[in-house]
Amino acid sequence: MIILFFLSSGLFLGWSLGANDAANIFGTAVGTRMLRFKTAAIVASIFVILGAVIQGAGASHTLGKLGSVSTLAAAFTVALSAALTVYWMTRMSLPVSTSQAIVGAIIGWNFYTNNPTDISTLTKIVSTWISGPILGGVFAVLLFMFVKFTIRKTSVHLLFKDIFIRYGLLFVGAFGAYSLGANNIANVMGVFTGAINLPILNFGIIQFDSTQQLFFIGGVAIAIGIITYSRHVMKTVGNTLMPLTPEAAIVVVLSQALVLFIFSSQGLSNAFQSIGLPAIPLVPVSSSQIVIGSIIGIGIYKGGKEIKYNILGGISLGWVATPIVAGIMAFFMLFFVNNVFKQDVGGNRILIANTEIISQSPIVVVDSTIQLKDSNSNISQSDAQITNTITEDNEKDILPHNSNSILLLIAIIILLVSVLILLYKLKQKNKKSRFNLRQTEAIENKYLIKINQLEENIKDKITLQDDLGKELKFRQSEMVTMAMSIIHKNEFLDNLKKEVVKIKSGVKDHDIRVQLNKLSLMITQDLSIDRDREKFQMHINKQNSNFIHRLENEYPSMTDNEKRLASLLRLNLSSKEIASILNISPKSVEMNRYRLRKKLKVEPKVNLTDFIRDF
Amino acid sequence: MSLLYKNVKQLVFDIDEFIDAVEQGVLVFKEGVVNYINGDKTSFADKIKRINRLEATADKLQRKIDDEFYRHSILPQNASDIEGMLDKLDEIIDISKDNLYQFDDEIPTIPKELKSDFIRLADTSVESAMAVFPASRTFFREPLKVKEMLSKVYFYEKETDKIARNIKRKLFHDMKDLDHSQKIHLRYFTLHIETISDKAESLADLLSILALKMSI
Repeated sequence: MIILFFLSSGLFLGWSLGANDAANIFGTAVGTRMLRFKTAAIVASIFVILGAVIQGAGASHTLGKLGSVSTLAAAFTVALSAALTVYWMTRMSLPVSTSQAIVGAIIGWNFYTNNPTDISTLTKIVSTWISGPILGGVFAVLLFMFVKFTIRKTSVHLLFKDIFIRYGLLFVGAFGAYSLGANNIANVMGVFTGAINLPILNFGIIQFDSTQQLFFIGGVAIAIGIITYSRHVMKTVGNTLMPLTPEAAIVVVLSQALVLFIFSSQGLSNAFQSIGLPAIPLVPVSSSQIVIGSIIGIGIYKGGKEIKYNILGGISLGWVATPIVAGIMAFFMLFFVNNVFKQDVGGNRILIANTEIISQSPIVVVDSTIQLKDSNSNISQSDAQITNTITEDNEKDILPHNSNSILLLIAIIILLVSVLILLYKLKQKNKKSRFNLRQTEAIENKYLIKINQLEENIKDKITLQDDLGKELKFRQSEMVTMAMSIIHKNEFLDNLKKEVVKIKSGVKDHDIRVQLNKLSLMITQDLSIDRDREKFQMHINKQNSNFIHRLENEYPSMTDNEKRLASLLRLNLSSKEIASILNISPKSVEMNRYRLRKKLKVEPKVNLTDFIRDF
Repeated sequence: MSLLYKNVKQLVFDIDEFIDAVEQGVLVFKEGVVNYINGDKTSFADKIKRINRLEATADKLQRKIDDEFYRHSILPQNASDIEGMLDKLDEIIDISKDNLYQFDDEIPTIPKELKSDFIRLADTSVESAMAVFPASRTFFREPLKVKEMLSKVYFYEKETDKIARNIKRKLFHDMKDLDHSQKIHLRYFTLHIETISDKAESLADLLSILALKMSI
């Protein structure tokens, strides 16, 4: 149970590695919907565990050479400080790598425990941080050229090509996951291998030693990270540096997998040595940085127009900042674990403490022996001599380490100061951009308020206009109804007059003819002097008073009849209807319209009614 | 994945069949116009039936292809482009069918002296479309070769324009005896036939852009 508690920091580190780094392998495939997340997550999880268990030992061994964290508490603290560094720097939106964090934390442990840092191992590790992305870029360019050539030379149907790319993404992703597990498991569980010793598990043909069991647990933690949290990262990754096509994604993932594989394969390293080449350093490298290197490689090959070069600055900052931050954090956390929680953090720290006790005790023994027993003075002297010899030997051992440590300390202080300056500048930049963002937001809000106000005004105006429009429509329909009733009445009277004339022609009786003449005259009079019509004219004049006023101003020579005609045209009445209302023939209306057109100087192609309605 | 392979195999077959249907439709249109101009009513009626059938087949296949693309998320990044291309192909057979129906419905009277011009117009316009079909097929296999195949489409489209303009000039400049209404009517039929080459040109433009897009 206590082992599980101490392992928790490593498991957390594994979880965050799975959540972030699976996107480097399957990000484009899932983001472009070439593969379903479920398929990607299952394949990645299985192959990460396989890679960790089968091939994880090499890189872990190198980390052990850098600093063999020997106690469980120290391993927990080192892993926790690396995990917190990753978490904190991710929160600060700073580029971070688990590999660099764990290396920094181990060096922090070395400092705290006065354990010498193997400079050659450190140099080897740091050189791979630079060579990893470069190698990724070189592989990417070569593979990209190969893929491009193959696509050009083969005439596979686009839809079959789509299937092959899907298979390709799946296989390359599986290889990438395997290599990630093999290379990066050292980051997660490497520090625990020296501190935990589990019994060998024997399954007959296969045996799992303590390290493999630990790597299996770490692999499971990475898998859980992939399944639970990588979906979001996968859907957003891909376009941060350069947009990738699925074909380019295969190239990038394959080059990343190859680099990770190279830096974790003991067999390949041995094969190199057997043909007289130098051994390949088996070191945990950052998969994100290899991906960036690969993408930049493709970008440069394509002409370099699409690359965001400022990301390179970010990587460089990550190289320097991550190990230093992790190292300092590990140093202080170890101090607390050691002094506050009284936990053994291993290394020379115990040796120094024992040496101090031993070097003090002989003095007491020597003093007492001088005072009490002269006979035993020889023995005491010899004891003191032995003790002194031991102390001198220890000093001899520690001195070169101390001189190395001082140099390293100075270097780290310089680096720390530069990193702090960089971080400060970055923070200032972020602050400035946040300030600018806030200012922009404030301006936007101000304009939004204004827009809202304007919209409200427009709404009010529209409502008012609608009301006015409704009223105008109502008035117009009232006038049209009135006009129509006049038209109907006149039509009726006209028909009646015709009937009277018809009857009159068939009647011979003089009196009846006189009576019919009288009736016909009455109808004619009613048609010409119509009170309804007068009432209608008045109504029209009243309703169109503004319009008539405008007409008078614009065209002072207009007659009353013309104004009346214009008012009726405004009601969209036809010439026949107007003729009925005005009790004139339609031909006369047409003539009047022609005259009105001339007076108003309306262009031939413009409709007179439209002109009047828009006036 | 094996199921996807089977579906894709069927889809490739469907796309080929779809392009075949459109190609045949355009050829039927050309024959139909010739039959109409030569007064061969029986053959013309047969062509109307055939183009109707081919257009229905093309529509059915297009719907099926659309469904398959979305159901199996095939070429997720380029599916909409390819569907756009298939839409443009479908437009060609749609226009061909509509045009042939217009001959049947409006029964334009084509003067003797313009008969050969109209046949040449239909022939050249259809040639333009016939040049775009192989390019559409090649697009699926060798996108980079598409561009060089499209020059024929642009050539025939320009030729169609010339012939159409020539017919219109003859109608309005030389044929004084013809009614103005008839002139306008024939002018519209010139435009209808011309539309096929315009659609082919529009598809050619799309193909050349897509071919560039497909190259990594």
